[in-house]
Amino acid sequence: MNNPLRTKRAEWLVTLPSFLWLALFFAVPAVIVLAFTFHGHDASGGVGAWGMETWRELVDPDYPAIVWNTLRISFEVTLWSIVLALPCAYAIARMNSKWRGIVAGAIMLPFWTSFVVRVFAWKAMLHPDGWLQACYLVLLRTRAWLFDWLPGFVQQFLIWIGMASAGPVDPASSTILDSEAAVVLVSVYTFLPFAIMPIYTAAEKFDFALLEAARDLGAKNFYAFRKIFIPGVRQGLVSAVLMVFIPAIGSYVIPQMLGGTDCVLIGNKIFMRAIQNRNIPHASALATLMAASVLVPIACAMWWKRRQDARDRRRLEQQTAKLIVAGVGR
Amino acid sequence: MNNDFLVFDHVTKRFGALTAVNDVCLTVTKGEFFSLLGPSGCGKTTLLRMLGGFERPDSGRIYLEGKDITDLPPNQRRVHTVFQNYALFPTMTIWDNIAFSLKLAKKPKEEIEERVDEILKMIQLADQAWKYPNQLSGGQKQRVAIARALVDRPQVLLLDEPLAALDLKLRQHMLLELDTIHDQVGITFLYVTHDQGEAMSLSDRIAVINRGKVEQLDSPAKIYEAPSSRFVASFIGDTNFFSGEIVSVDGDYCFIQCAGFPQIKAYNDRALKVGQQIDLSVRPEKIRVTLAPPPPEKGASINVFPSKVKDIVYQGVYTKFWLDSSNLRIAALKPHSRFLLDQEAITWNDDVFVWWHPDDGYMVPSEE
Ligand SMILES: Nc1ncnc2c1ncn2[C@@H]1O[C@H](COP(=O)(O)OP(=O)(O)OP(=O)(O)O)[C@@H](O)[C@H]1O
Ligand SMILES: [Mg+2]
Repeated sequence: MNNPLRTKRAEWLVTLPSFLWLALFFAVPAVIVLAFTFHGHDASGGVGAWGMETWRELVDPDYPAIVWNTLRISFEVTLWSIVLALPCAYAIARMNSKWRGIVAGAIMLPFWTSFVVRVFAWKAMLHPDGWLQACYLVLLRTRAWLFDWLPGFVQQFLIWIGMASAGPVDPASSTILDSEAAVVLVSVYTFLPFAIMPIYTAAEKFDFALLEAARDLGAKNFYAFRKIFIPGVRQGLVSAVLMVFIPAIGSYVIPQMLGGTDCVLIGNKIFMRAIQNRNIPHASALATLMAASVLVPIACAMWWKRRQDARDRRRLEQQTAKLIVAGVGR
Repeated sequence: MNNDFLVFDHVTKRFGALTAVNDVCLTVTKGEFFSLLGPSGCGKTTLLRMLGGFERPDSGRIYLEGKDITDLPPNQRRVHTVFQNYALFPTMTIWDNIAFSLKLAKKPKEEIEERVDEILKMIQLADQAWKYPNQLSGGQKQRVAIARALVDRPQVLLLDEPLAALDLKLRQHMLLELDTIHDQVGITFLYVTHDQGEAMSLSDRIAVINRGKVEQLDSPAKIYEAPSSRFVASFIGDTNFFSGEIVSVDGDYCFIQCAGFPQIKAYNDRALKVGQQIDLSVRPEKIRVTLAPPPPEKGASINVFPSKVKDIVYQGVYTKFWLDSSNLRIAALKPHSRFLLDQEAITWNDDVFVWWHPDDGYMVPSEE
């Protein structure tokens, strides 16, 4: 048992099945997808000869906008999910164990119904005669009204990044069904449990006496929440962001059924290329692009974080050294 | 005016059917080291939490420097707490932990730096300032918690069993440090403990609490030598109780009859009358145990009873004797010293004499 070599081997044996599983069903397909992108396609829907034509085809004027929209919407969905999940997780962690079980169960309840059925239910709720449509119009009008107050260049910028459009709200053409708002709304609904759970797990381990200590030292409730609770559940927050952002980027069913022609995301494009156009290499290239658009920012963030940590550590060492030199230390 | 710096005015707190704090009236003087002492569950923490603003009393008011603070939220009271488990912020460095309240008070940057560095020097942790709390030892965390609560000079510092998590040696060391810190900063300390040793060695005054009520409020010596009730006498240190009735009064002294025991002479400082039921408390260290009877010139005025040694427990500083005297168990303490070596050693089942001066017994009202 204490023999390190034997422990090592035991570890290997235990992880081997999951390792094989991942290799077989994740790594190998990923490599195949990457390989497909360096092939052409033939008219019958097969994979053609080696070549760079697929990557050349990818220079489509539509794609940058679609990638940008996908990233922007995923970001919005993540933001809203986190904003809603944080107070939820906080509240659940503070409940007594009986209520905790009930509420956690209620959050998981939707998973007992098929996802597609739930999306259809949303389709009914978002019907143009429904109350959600009325709310949507109020929201749009408020936004248009606020938009008018903004200086011109900000208006231009918002239009440019696709966050707003000029002109008055036309109730006939502004339906919430088949709009970006519907996609964001239903995506937040779908991903919210995945945001709540990791934060809640972290919050459960959080020592709430720390909030009392902060208030005791003069902090208002919200300040204590922001400065003590949020950093305290940082690990959970990071998982929550990943748990929402990554599936949101690959999201396909929700924009397909609720986004209409208004909101086409990269997932829909991949589907279209693979099934309708029967162009597997092209779909593979888009999928690769999508994966890269997630992995590259995460890699950058990790690199930046590591650099930041190293710099912090250096700074702390210097400061301590300075204090000791100044004769403050004992 | 200074005398009613902090006032609890008939404060009561209930949790359901349980009355955790029952009609407590306390007055704390400015700059005082004041202790709340009582057994577990007697309501000490609840009392502190009401002062900190974390619980609202069901009735009664709390005044600080003449101002009614009963309904103020915690962040609007200049009252800081040192929590039992320290509650240091794990995501902040020691320096940031200590600077927390100063930053909240929006003090200028230079002042914050100056004051944090100053207090770090005081707690001798300047070289640890950039560590995180989980990199410190228990005693160091304790000091940081105290510094964090003291740095913006609160009106009162509350300490809820701050030393409970430390081992004995460290606790003794921290007791001294607490005392020094109190002398240096001159802030009023309100100290909660169930350890009578801690309370006795630090406090200017102690309030002994039992089941939510203040039993006695006095200086440590008074509480030890002149307890106001049987509970106080037994909670603070060890004691022997002799329950009985006063059968005669002779000037300043009276005689007490306990069932099956010879009459005991005791100082009657409260001028109690014949027929009253009382408990006489005699501390073990006031009782002497000898093989020979006491010298006759003393014999007339003191209490002397023949007994048998039942048990002897060596405790380092002294030896504890358990004695049987007319069916009563008596505990007595005897110090060790070379001067006592020429006496014959006492062992199990020896027939001995126990004796004490009538002034060393203290009568408290009987509790029945
Ligand atoms: N939030 C609460 N809800 C219900 N009962 C409580 C609550 N807080 C305290 N109590 C009860 O009130 C009584 C006093 O509790 P308190 O914590 O003040 O005791 P304490 O003197 O600090 O004891 P200890 O020395 O063990 O810390 C206890 O019986 C406790 O069970
Ligand atoms: Mg307590």
